[in-house]
Amino acid sequence: MTPRQILGQIGLWFSVLVIVSPAILFFLWMASLSLKFEVDNAAYPPVFIPEHIAWKNYTDVLASNRFLTYFFNSLIVTGSATALALIVGVPAGYGIARMAAHKSAIVILIARITPGLSYLIPLFILFQWLGLLGTLVPQVIIHLVVTVPIVIWIMIGYFETTPMELEEAALIDGATRWQVFSHVALPIAKPGIAVAFILAVIFSWNNFVFGIVLAGRETRTLPVAVYNMISFDQLSWGPLAAAALIVTFPVLLLTVVAQRQIVAGLTAGAVKGG
Amino acid sequence: MSALTQATPAAAKSDAAPEKELRPPSYWPFVVPALVVVLAIIIFPWLFTIWMSLNEWKVGSPTTFVGPSNYLRLTSDPRFLESVGHTMVYTVLSVVLPLVFGTLAAVVFHQKFPGRGFLRGIFIMPMMATPVAIALVWTMMFHPQLGVLNYLLSLVGLPPQLWVFHPATVIPSLVLVETWQWTPLVMLIVLGGLAAIPTEPYESAQIDGANLWQVFRFITLPLIMPFLFIAGMIRMIDAVKSFDIIFAITQGGPGSASETINIYLYSVAFTYYDLGYGSAIAVVFFLLIVALAALMLYMRQRMLWTEIARGA
Repeated sequence: MTPRQILGQIGLWFSVLVIVSPAILFFLWMASLSLKFEVDNAAYPPVFIPEHIAWKNYTDVLASNRFLTYFFNSLIVTGSATALALIVGVPAGYGIARMAAHKSAIVILIARITPGLSYLIPLFILFQWLGLLGTLVPQVIIHLVVTVPIVIWIMIGYFETTPMELEEAALIDGATRWQVFSHVALPIAKPGIAVAFILAVIFSWNNFVFGIVLAGRETRTLPVAVYNMISFDQLSWGPLAAAALIVTFPVLLLTVVAQRQIVAGLTAGAVKGG
Repeated sequence: MSALTQATPAAAKSDAAPEKELRPPSYWPFVVPALVVVLAIIIFPWLFTIWMSLNEWKVGSPTTFVGPSNYLRLTSDPRFLESVGHTMVYTVLSVVLPLVFGTLAAVVFHQKFPGRGFLRGIFIMPMMATPVAIALVWTMMFHPQLGVLNYLLSLVGLPPQLWVFHPATVIPSLVLVETWQWTPLVMLIVLGGLAAIPTEPYESAQIDGANLWQVFRFITLPLIMPFLFIAGMIRMIDAVKSFDIIFAITQGGPGSASETINIYLYSVAFTYYDLGYGSAIAVVFFLLIVALAALMLYMRQRMLWTEIARGA
């Protein structure tokens, strides 16, 4: 290596460090807050690595039976909304791609532009009429606003890139369209479905605005539960930060593990609904 | 037209290549379930919102048709007009800053270095993390006495700030969070653009002895312009609608200093339960976003034409 190249390497690594540090420092500080007793969290100058680690913050949060309820609520809402979105969205993406009905994508675009709150007002009234408030059903339905457009959008893009030849061959051999879809197109599309699944799960799991309006005491999802903790525990930062980290941990893990799929999906233009 | 095609005799059909038979309408069954869902959760709410906006509609009292009066009320509602101003300031800052930082980050991530994939995963964590959880930690960091941000300021000799607790600094502070959160998205889009650039222009620039800045300014920047535009568009749409971060950190406060249209819409609809007026705000809000997007498209078009004119 010439001195010039070495200088270039140092410059590159320095730039990488500068760019990545806001994210790393933030999440380290979040972890630090969640592992400290109140004495350390209220200390000035701030303590970064405490002498005594407060695992208690985590056990307290996990031990409260409400937290488990909210965890299962989140699991049910995100799980159902994602499953339903895949069931209706994957075939739809296939149909739209094969019919080359690109104009229909405008509906997805409108869904993308519309603020989440505008869905809430009419659907809130509807759920009230139907007597569904107080159950998880309204949240599952309204999370479809997030998950369905993501799945359809990604699947249109994916099916457009998969080759038609195999499908045509199967059709000539006398397969029905449904058989072609389920035996030929679907297996090829697995990576695309994985991308759609991951993004739908993340954006549904993270959703907050639908929950604050539609969730009752027993039907809160985790983001809403964490938000409600703020007002109660104004000054106990340790447990709060621990709860926040527990809520977002599955998503962070998924981001690092599946970063390739996430990047592929996000750059395909399907970013965030609601 | 479609009736005509369907009426074609079977004999004529068999003459056509087998490819012809792969055409619609036989793909419709795949789309119908999604169509029903989209109608129910996207189209119906929109039509119903428009209808509600024409009514006096409060939870617990009978509704009456009032025509455009909800819309007229908007024009003289100081809180709404103020929220439009806040939204504009918030949006412009939250588009420009992530665009600048995201482009710089993309240039760095475009280089090859070991661990790039993993570090890119770390880098995009802010935008994937649960916004409410993030907001909670930022609130603690903004704390004027115990927050880590004022400590960091004191290390470099700057006076402590009130951050989100003062009307003058609340919007910039929230923009800081928004920028931290969404710079990765701009980075990803621009990175996609950089990957599509051919290597020839760089090689000839090297031969001509261009420096790094000249290469970026005259080769890279023009070539990634379309991607920057897309990133800016997406960022604009998201920044205008930003809700979770603002609501969880300030709820529009102190006073109404950080009340954007979306936050005000929430208050009207779900704190005062004035659903008719809230619907009118929702409609105007949507039109505003569409108008902003159209304006950006128009500006992009004009820029293209000036470029072409200059080139000629």
